[in-house]
Amino acid sequence: MAFACIFVPDFPVEAVLRAEPELRARAVAVLEGKPPLQKIFAVNEKARRTGIEPGMTKIQVEACSSLVLRARAPLQEAAAHAALLDCAQSFSPRVEDTAPDIILLDLSGLESLFGPPSRIARDIARRVTELGMEVNVAAASNPDTAQLAARGFSGVTVVPEGEETERLGSLALEVLFSALKSTDPSPYSEPLLQTFDRWGVRNLRALCALPEIALSERLGQLGVRLQQLARGGTSRTLVPAEPPLVFEEAMDLEYPLVLLEPLAFLLARMLDRLCARLGSCALAAQELCLQLELDSGYFGTGEFPAPENISDDGGTGILAHPNRAQQLFSGPEPDLHPGETPATARLGTNAPGCPGPASARQFTRTVRLPVPMLDAKVFLKLLLLNLKTHPPGAPIVKVRLAAEPARPRAAQAGLFLPPAPEPEKLELTRARIARMVGEEKVGSAELLDTHRPRSFRMQRFVPATSSEIRRAVRKDVKEEPTNGHLADAPLTALRLFRPPWRATVTLHNGQPVHLVCLQHQEVHGEIVWCAGPWRSSGDWWEQDGWSRDEWDIALPNNHTLALYRLVHDLLSERWFVEGTYD
Amino acid sequence: MSSITIAHAALDRFSDPSRLQASTLLKQFSQAALMAGVTPATRLEIRPIPETVSSGIPQIDALTGGLPRGGLTEISGPDSSGRTSLLLAALAAATGRQETCALIDASDAFDPHSAAAAGIRLERLLWVRCGLNAPVSPRQNPSRNEERSIAEDPVEQALRAADLLLQSGGFGLLALDLAGVPWKTSRRVPLTTWFRFRRSIEHTSTLLLILTTQPCAQACASLSLRMKTDSSGARLQASANMRSAISCQLSENKSVEHHLPSHARLLEGLCIQAELLRTRAERKSMQSDSAFTTKTAWTA
Repeated sequence: MAFACIFVPDFPVEAVLRAEPELRARAVAVLEGKPPLQKIFAVNEKARRTGIEPGMTKIQVEACSSLVLRARAPLQEAAAHAALLDCAQSFSPRVEDTAPDIILLDLSGLESLFGPPSRIARDIARRVTELGMEVNVAAASNPDTAQLAARGFSGVTVVPEGEETERLGSLALEVLFSALKSTDPSPYSEPLLQTFDRWGVRNLRALCALPEIALSERLGQLGVRLQQLARGGTSRTLVPAEPPLVFEEAMDLEYPLVLLEPLAFLLARMLDRLCARLGSCALAAQELCLQLELDSGYFGTGEFPAPENISDDGGTGILAHPNRAQQLFSGPEPDLHPGETPATARLGTNAPGCPGPASARQFTRTVRLPVPMLDAKVFLKLLLLNLKTHPPGAPIVKVRLAAEPARPRAAQAGLFLPPAPEPEKLELTRARIARMVGEEKVGSAELLDTHRPRSFRMQRFVPATSSEIRRAVRKDVKEEPTNGHLADAPLTALRLFRPPWRATVTLHNGQPVHLVCLQHQEVHGEIVWCAGPWRSSGDWWEQDGWSRDEWDIALPNNHTLALYRLVHDLLSERWFVEGTYD
Repeated sequence: MSSITIAHAALDRFSDPSRLQASTLLKQFSQAALMAGVTPATRLEIRPIPETVSSGIPQIDALTGGLPRGGLTEISGPDSSGRTSLLLAALAAATGRQETCALIDASDAFDPHSAAAAGIRLERLLWVRCGLNAPVSPRQNPSRNEERSIAEDPVEQALRAADLLLQSGGFGLLALDLAGVPWKTSRRVPLTTWFRFRRSIEHTSTLLLILTTQPCAQACASLSLRMKTDSSGARLQASANMRSAISCQLSENKSVEHHLPSHARLLEGLCIQAELLRTRAERKSMQSDSAFTTKTAWTA
């Protein structure tokens, strides 16, 4: 078995030099920190020879006229590291991303493809040089030895199996500790270095010569491990770097689409492929992001050469109607997503989580699923419902569909558990109902922690999972009454009028005696009984403060009585019938 | 041998109880009837007794035997008759059984605070808020009359939402609140709609609860209740002393009736009378109505 290690000395400097190769012949130092506290973070060999060391302040090094100073560039470092990874993965499928400046490769089974390890190491060095970086490459029989050799020796190094101790013996102890720090940052490296220095142990050969038992008695297992590393006798498996999973499908259209039906056909095919890829990785989709690129010519003149299949009466599935171009872009405020402004929503913008620059030609819809799903038909229906509710308003020239992967849910139904709706069916039903009554009118209510009366908000309804139901059933306890729930008698319910009904109230001695509801004639008459007022107020420090008096009143209703809650808004001096007790 | 001859022979045997067993007698009858081409009563399909669940109010459970699963329960009554209180109690009982429930609110009158106080677990309740103010997206095609009528008519929205939720299935209790809809509107709902709802939940464990002002579902309802306040038959008196005439539990001092200020009064609850109009239960209760009282959240 053989391993190779790619080590980039002074990686932050190399990342800068990769972007500015003309500086390679000069002394370069990279600064980090905010002015005026900037310090040297990394230097190249030429700068080191002039006496510049990491940790020096900018003022200290400014005196050196031949030194080139650059600020640290994290983006360039990330790009350089990505290029290194790509290069390594072009040689071996098993690559470990050990550190930003260290990459380990498993060369097992590559001899028949690329030749012996020495040749592979030379090819790697040449390839990385073509990428604009100077690196050290070493090949050895175990990863730790390869890393030590790459750190300690410049250029290409091959350590034959069995000669690790001899080849690594000349390396300084600092090389060993820097290699250990990249994999296992230990706070004891500096004191240990000082200890070894006092003992006169300054290279790996001297460390290997120390007796093992005595070393373990003085330094513990860490000392033993250091000695094993110095001898090149350790063995470990690589932790392979997994490429990020991206599930995307895109399609350029030959001609702009204006009907929903052909778009549905395309989406069905793309969803089938996406679901197949997700299924092959044992994943499901948590979110779908549909990005449509719209015809830019439609925005220029507002006119669009009507295709033959657009009907005049605006039948079903019209995504963009030429006669409604102005109406689509000058109509009422469109539906806003979180973070959207009316301007960006009108022109089209990217929903959170969907990459790509926002421009006037992009139209993005995001469908967030309550649970991870993997059903292409359900996805298609949800996307079509979403597009019917929010049509793009212009012909489509490109379609891009992305799915956010997630672990599939593990649901185990029980024989004795109460029934629950299927998440896929429920999500489709919720989308259909939302299209009818409005997105914000379907869900579950959540009470707000405030004293403002009748405060609540609508949140997305997520059915309880079978494990949650099972836990609740197993508890078999009566929950404590919430908000004054009375177990011995049912609670009198209040039916609210939304919005509250304006009323004209006649007072006598400060008590309401007659009520007339302006828009609801059935609520009127002499108040035969009243209780109150109960005053409450709040948020007086805000712009939307409130102050009100509440009354419970009884009005005759045919041959019975009807009980209402009457509210007097003290700020606007208006009377409202807020609801009825039923 | 004819079936009549067999019957006579069986009757002769009936006179000797020591030798007779009912199962043997029935078997003989069945076999003889089959031979004669007549389906005996023992072979008739037995209709299963519908499973019932508690409504959350013991008096209602004693009156009705519980709300039937797989059937339509109708609760009707005027304003302040306790319909919504019964609805909240049923929802609290259902969510307490860890069932997923849905409420289709045709007039958007549901109060989450009352519901939470009644013990309903709001995270288990899907609330569909219908109404005249339902937004119509400007990019939707408004020329379609069907979409416009659905968008503007809350009753249409409620019925359509009920259809969709019943098809989706899996709900323990699905409530359709038409109590705030005028009677002349809700009575226009065709009977076939209620029949379709009933058929869709037959042989399922879903309980469909409908709140109306007047009974609408008629024969489609497995259980029909009419709610009213307990007025004891007295005439309405327009005076401060309403204890005998009104149907509310009021906290008043008997000796100081006319001069008690309003801030000394308190609404303590409702006195409700539920009348059983229709039931398909095997065992019908001896009584046809039942009374119970409710309490308010601020009553100790």
